[in-house]
Amino acid sequence: MISGAEIVIRCLQEEKVDCVFGYPGGSVLHIYDALFKQDEVKHVLVRHEQAAVHAADAYSRSSQKVGVALVTSGPGVTNTVTGIATAYMDSIPMVVLCGQVPTQYIGQDAFQECDTVGITRPCVKHNFLVKDVKDLAITIKKAFHIAATGRPGPVVVDIPKDITAQMCDFDYPKTIQMRSYNPVVKGHLGQIKKAVQVLQEAKRPIIYTGGGVILSDAADKLTQLARKLDFPVTNTLMGLGGYPATDRQFVGMLGMHGTFEANNAMHYADVILAVGARFDDRVIGNPEHFSGEKRRVIHIDIDPSSISKRVKVDVPIVGNVADVLDEMLKLLDGGFKADPEVSDWWKQIDAWRGRNSLAYRQSNHIMPQYVVEKLYEVTGGDAFITSDVGQHQMFAAQYYKFDKPRRWINSGGLGTMGVGLPYGMGVLMANPNAQVACVTGEGSIQMCIQEMSTCKQYGLPVKIINLNNGMLGMVRQWQEMFYSKRYSQSYVTSLPDFVKLAEAYGHVGMRIEKPEDVEPALRKAFTEHKDDLVFMDFIIDPGANVFPMVAAGKGLTEMILAEDL
Amino acid sequence: MRHIISILIENEAGALSRVAGLFSARGYNIESLTVAPTEDPSLSRMTILTWGSDEVLEQINKQLNKLVDVVKVVDLSEAAHVERELMLIKVRATGKDREEMKRMADIFRGRIIDVTESTYVIELTGASSKLDSFIAGLDAGLILETVRTGVCGIGRGDRILKV
Ligand SMILES: Cc1cc2nc3c(=O)[nH]c(=O)nc-3n(C[C@H](O)[C@H](O)[C@H](O)COP(=O)(O)OP(=O)(O)OC[C@H]3O[C@@H](n4cnc5c(N)ncnc54)[C@H](O)[C@@H]3O)c2cc1C
Ligand SMILES: Cc1ncc(C[n+]2csc(CCOP(=O)(O)OP(=O)(O)O)c2C)c(N)n1
Ligand SMILES: [Mg+2]
Repeated sequence: MISGAEIVIRCLQEEKVDCVFGYPGGSVLHIYDALFKQDEVKHVLVRHEQAAVHAADAYSRSSQKVGVALVTSGPGVTNTVTGIATAYMDSIPMVVLCGQVPTQYIGQDAFQECDTVGITRPCVKHNFLVKDVKDLAITIKKAFHIAATGRPGPVVVDIPKDITAQMCDFDYPKTIQMRSYNPVVKGHLGQIKKAVQVLQEAKRPIIYTGGGVILSDAADKLTQLARKLDFPVTNTLMGLGGYPATDRQFVGMLGMHGTFEANNAMHYADVILAVGARFDDRVIGNPEHFSGEKRRVIHIDIDPSSISKRVKVDVPIVGNVADVLDEMLKLLDGGFKADPEVSDWWKQIDAWRGRNSLAYRQSNHIMPQYVVEKLYEVTGGDAFITSDVGQHQMFAAQYYKFDKPRRWINSGGLGTMGVGLPYGMGVLMANPNAQVACVTGEGSIQMCIQEMSTCKQYGLPVKIINLNNGMLGMVRQWQEMFYSKRYSQSYVTSLPDFVKLAEAYGHVGMRIEKPEDVEPALRKAFTEHKDDLVFMDFIIDPGANVFPMVAAGKGLTEMILAEDL
Repeated sequence: MRHIISILIENEAGALSRVAGLFSARGYNIESLTVAPTEDPSLSRMTILTWGSDEVLEQINKQLNKLVDVVKVVDLSEAAHVERELMLIKVRATGKDREEMKRMADIFRGRIIDVTESTYVIELTGASSKLDSFIAGLDAGLILETVRTGVCGIGRGDRILKV
């Protein structure tokens, strides 16, 4: 017999978890003690529980593994909520283990008690309160199973302290059956055949793909399919890297800050093949405007509730992207003949491309777009790029051409400022020798800046690319355009000296103020300071805005372009 | 349109709050909700009376199915079914009203299950509309208290909801 705390650790070992992000406290002391007595599972001590969850989330996004966080009851748990909600919105598999007050104290407003299951319920895929040590191992097994299968998501396991002290036999089930949980994997063959038929008839097709392709590890299959069809491909923000961005068939990201060609191609397509993408409101613009065009929609998604939620779907296919694409590829093996009119469609798309909607004006200041372009060059297009939320996030998405999946790590659904640095930590724990850059802003970086300390302790050489405009730039852009330049609370005064701050934490700091210094500084950071965390404070043009832009309430084709201004 | 959703759900602590939370978080309507364990005590059967457009009902159905504790969901109102609701209603029963109350209960096939000098408790089951008409048929000033269970329903004939 072993203790509940040891059971927790044994479960993690059985799940091949090599790293847990966490922060100790009273209710998890037994678990931390069990952790101390072994060395299979490493632990990264963060400086704030929010960062533990973000790091576990990025560990998962940048690998195929389930990220794990471990926190104490009460404030430990409440600090994780933003991180859990962030992972939930982007369907990221994750297990969060939380301490709870001893069973007999639950409900008595005990010290550091909170209703963990109640607080997290709306932002988890599922959660459990373990009430008996005999259920502990099977509950953790279920948690990993639920997190990683079907539409992935975070699962919380709340473990009262007394349970971690009780003794029990350890038996970890190899597999698990749940009568109430059986996600569909294979798509319906009849529907897939119908889809192929519709693709044959398409005259103005588009392949629109999202996070589901990344989550399903189906980028290769998608690429094969797209090549076979020779149709244009667009990605959502979450889908970037699912199809090589440098490929001729790629028309760029679509949506609020999508390219002119992607948004027009999406809007005027007569057939949309949607793959693991959920027709988000940032993607289709005004839904009435979008439904103004007649088209047929094929939608592959593992979650039936994503289908026909916001856009009426003609050929729904419920299933795992990788499995469904396999079937499609088999059906297409006999040869595919696209409608001859598709070549006219390509001409139209090339004309839209000719607008060069991502062109931007240089100025005496450093332009943020330019920094990202140089970052792309210096890293050979092969870095993991994490980002925070704001203009810098959009610039990173637009100008860093992701050719591989799981390289673009950002918060799309919840849009959580502060994720960038902990995301960098999670990526590095999962991919120890990778180049990792965190593209951020002076607003966002300050939301989890304390993690520079964690990076020092564990030697995590994130390159922080701070696109410092002295503004909550994304907010300022909206105020400039829609609130007659009333810049209410979007100007960040009293910024710290980021160079000194980095140095205070024991890292390297650089301030870059001139365009000609951008590239040399980046080279230096990625060569000479390869193994250091480098805080690169780029003082950028404070007036730079993100274009194209589909304003709130506007149709997808009603974009504001940089050239209009 | 009015729909009756029947759900088989794991009889776990918190399962009810997952369903109730889903409805409030997504802005779906709940007119009534009843729940109790089935003949298999590990399962509960829940009946929800809701309304909404076809699109909303499609989402309700899909979102309920997504809950990990939910085993099965059917929309009873899609085919032949029977539905019942139980009401206990306490009324003032004095003087000439005493006789009148008894008569009303008989007409609606209700039963008087508690009697004092001045009150009756009447038990009435039936379709919700029948309970509504009973209430409408009484002098409002005589109604002291009503308690209704909310609708529960079951498919007719071979339509069976079971794991
Ligand atoms: C400042 C800001 C600006 C933004 N601007 C844009 C923008 O211009 N353009 C844009 O696209 N987004 C933008 N977003 C992001 C946007 O909010 C959404 O997060 C994003 O569009 C959703 O991407 P997605 O449709 O790929 O869905 P995801 O959230 O990635 O969902 C994945 C879908 O795939 C399904 N799925 C998961 N796994 C599988 C599997 N194995 N098999 C099959 N299906 C699966 C899921 O059920 C789900 O439906 C912005 C966000 C921010 C913060
Ligand atoms: C936690 C959180 N609070 C508020 C917001 C709203 N918000 C979105 S972008 C933004 C400004 C971000 O500023 P900065 O990090 O400097 O990036 P910039 O837009 O200037 O590049 C704000 C406040 C958010 N997304 N997340
Ligand atoms: Mg800024």
